[in-house]
Amino acid sequence: MLAMLEGAVGAAVLALTALGLSLVFGVMRVVNVAHGEFYMLGAVLAWFIATSLGGHPAIGFLAALIIAPLVAGIIAVAADWLVLKHLDYDPESTIVATIGLLYIMQQSALMLYGPEARPVEPPFNSRIALPWVEWGENGLALFYPWGLGTTTYKLFVIAAAATILVAFWLFLSRSRFGLIMRATQLDSETALAFAIPVEKVYALVFGLGAALAAMAAVLIVPIQQAHYLMGGEPLLLSFIVVIIGGLGSIRGTIFAALLIGMSDGIISVFFSPTLAKIIATLLVALVLVFRPQGLFGKKPA
Amino acid sequence: MSTTTRSAALHLGLIALIAVLGLILPAYHQGNLARILVLATYAIGYNVLFGYAGLLSLGHAMFFGAGMYGLGLAMHHGDVSALPAFVIGIACAAALSAVVAMLALRTIGVAFMIVTLMFSQTAFLTVLYFGTWTRGDEGFVLAQASRSIAGLDLSNPDIRFYAALILFSAALLITARMMQVRFGHVLIAVRENEERTRMLGYDVFRHKFLAVVISGTISGAAGAAYALLFGYVGATFTSVQYSIFPLLWVLLGGAGTTIGPFVGALFMFYLIDYTSGLTSAYMLIAGVVLVLLTLFARAGIMGEVRKRWLRWLP
Repeated sequence: MLAMLEGAVGAAVLALTALGLSLVFGVMRVVNVAHGEFYMLGAVLAWFIATSLGGHPAIGFLAALIIAPLVAGIIAVAADWLVLKHLDYDPESTIVATIGLLYIMQQSALMLYGPEARPVEPPFNSRIALPWVEWGENGLALFYPWGLGTTTYKLFVIAAAATILVAFWLFLSRSRFGLIMRATQLDSETALAFAIPVEKVYALVFGLGAALAAMAAVLIVPIQQAHYLMGGEPLLLSFIVVIIGGLGSIRGTIFAALLIGMSDGIISVFFSPTLAKIIATLLVALVLVFRPQGLFGKKPA
Repeated sequence: MSTTTRSAALHLGLIALIAVLGLILPAYHQGNLARILVLATYAIGYNVLFGYAGLLSLGHAMFFGAGMYGLGLAMHHGDVSALPAFVIGIACAAALSAVVAMLALRTIGVAFMIVTLMFSQTAFLTVLYFGTWTRGDEGFVLAQASRSIAGLDLSNPDIRFYAALILFSAALLITARMMQVRFGHVLIAVRENEERTRMLGYDVFRHKFLAVVISGTISGAAGAAYALLFGYVGATFTSVQYSIFPLLWVLLGGAGTTIGPFVGALFMFYLIDYTSGLTSAYMLIAGVVLVLLTLFARAGIMGEVRKRWLRWLP
């Protein structure tokens, strides 16, 4: 039960991160290896904002939730403008270039932020003890065991991530920009012929993907800590999610994120985390070998 | 001069030049150059697959690691002497690359890159998981007494240098020869146009399979030699970073040129050596070089030289 709740927090944040990666891949056909570094950037920025503002932690947190994704998005747009555009979005060269971006961002963070892990205070945090049912002396009884409980902040993370996901879904399916994005994804040349500024759409999508990762990081950073190497784990997990969910399929991505996030929380109770990771990575590689369209994706026509 | 004699002159000339440098360089740079020669061998292995067959792998660290741990574990836990352990290391890399090739070659393009990355990550985690034997991140040191072949102490700087040079020369000459015979020409044909090569009646899968195995085996030989010559085996050498390095060296030196991997490894080694003296964020330079290369010099150093001046360059 507790493992499931921990899993749900992980799954919620993972869904946001993986959605960004999936969006970029779906629309632009670019595998953004630097995606995890935008996540790291979000967390590090949250720390900078929270410490420089001071006052009640909620003020810093709210500011970070708005500013960090914005800054990450702007950096991503700049990277797209300066680098990816000039590569004509060729899938293989963009991977090499984003590996370069990964090291540039990670090492810049090391220089500017330092090698320490730093905590950010959550905006609110009270413990909720969860009731547990057990056969006691007087028959069935409810009691509140020590250690079994969660915090309001963790529940907030789940709710916030769900809200953002729904908002994003509406944005993609109802708004004009969502329509333009889907048109570009379907056929960029035809979209260009219909006067859609494909390059601008690409830049914005790349920025949006990075902003989603940064937002996920701001949500998680009061639970974990901000560290310059923290981008590796979410990158790998997002890869797994996006591959299992079918490359470029948004619905599959969210479903797979819930699946992986929840099972990650539960599996790690039974197995050592390293063994769980070995099995997961190997399985994903084999999925990609034998079912390249993903477990939920459709076969290409 | 025919192309074959020119290329023989170039390669033998380079080897002779390095041999002379080994005599006259100060100890510090001689040590560096020995390291560069082993790493360049790794890059030569990578270049077979990336430069000639056109397959971009992001997981070569697992082959380097297979050679390194094949030799290291055999020597450390099995009390095997250096030469048979070296053969075991190479055999491990060959076996692993055959398995990976069978699976990964079912995919192409971006999927191939990610599958190799995932397999390599699995290998890295496996090394960590069996920490009792591999000592994980910390790694283990090979006893100096065991590091000798035919009475030659490989921890002696001079002997180490020439052992590295022999390894490098073997890899260089084998790949140079490979690209002169039919097999190499078919590989390049696969790189340029896979469909057309298949239509002309060549067995594309067999050629790609052999390319992965040759590439993985050379990389593994480099890994085994690295452990043997420098006496240290650690999990870092199987991490993602060590999959990116050969890509970086080959891109910088010139993919699909025989001496490009050496040139790239040489430049990058000294660039990183210099920057790590200035800041702990020395990988920054690797990132910047990668981005600049993809933007402005897709052919790398030797590739540009070939395009502009020396058309015959192998």
